[in-house]
Amino acid sequence: MPYSTFTTRSPRETSTSPSVEVALAPPNGDGSKFAANHDAADVLARAQAGDHQAFAELYSMHKRRIYSLCLRMVGNVAEAEDLTQEAFLQFHGKIDTFRGDSALSTWLHRLAINVVLMHLRKGRLQLDSLDELMEPTPDQRPGRSFGAPDIALSGAIDRLTLQRAIGDLPAGYRLVFVLHDIEGFEHNEIASLLDCSIGNSKSQLHKARLKLREFLRNHPRQEGRK
Amino acid sequence: MNKSENNMSCAEFQAQLPELFGCGEVIGDHPHLQRCNLCRALLADLNAIAEAARDLFPVKEPTDADALWENIESAIAHEGVV
Repeated sequence: MPYSTFTTRSPRETSTSPSVEVALAPPNGDGSKFAANHDAADVLARAQAGDHQAFAELYSMHKRRIYSLCLRMVGNVAEAEDLTQEAFLQFHGKIDTFRGDSALSTWLHRLAINVVLMHLRKGRLQLDSLDELMEPTPDQRPGRSFGAPDIALSGAIDRLTLQRAIGDLPAGYRLVFVLHDIEGFEHNEIASLLDCSIGNSKSQLHKARLKLREFLRNHPRQEGRK
Repeated sequence: MNKSENNMSCAEFQAQLPELFGCGEVIGDHPHLQRCNLCRALLADLNAIAEAARDLFPVKEPTDADALWENIESAIAHEGVV
């Protein structure tokens, strides 16, 4: 089908639930959810058959989650938009390979993570692997905690400062922290995604949290107490 | 509880923390924490950070989602994959 036959109208929001699952489920009393699932499955089937407008609808459904994921992982708006674009291009190219073994949102999520990881591999001084990315320079590592004063952070974490602190993390620490503590991946999944050991994933996560604690201790609240 | 856990120094306990966090056990019951305020505070801080991070990033719209879509369409057309 030639490209010119497709509408070029920008897609609008077609769903308020960006994580609509596409696996067809029996209507267990939840008619609206079943209808949404059925609609999403229909949209996916049409997109897989080459319907460009259906692909535009999939973009509408998933763009926020994918963009937000990219933004959390790289911490930069322009990069996140480029990566979102690349993720949807890859999605378009691979849409035929989606067989519905998992939810489309999960599959797309993983695809986007791989796009970000590829980008980081290319961008970080042409590293051959994530090993160097995963091992920050000595001055980027968290300090030791022995003998440090008790600052009782609990319950007093400032969101803006924490966001800044996460943005400030060395890339390898941030990746594991975002994947585990924000995206909810397990260590074995992270190890598989990043091609590292489970122990390495646990260690990176711990160092990331220590580094964040260090940052929070050194930076007073920015929002002001409310 | 074994003797080595009871006599653990802060350095030894903290060296084990990544594994203790990762195995899903209740670390708060660890013998070392019963007698070490420093490591108890550290653990509380790390747990608070992890918890705060979970709700930190709302799902956001791309700055210009329409322009982004136009770029995607254009790239798809350019690659001739449709």
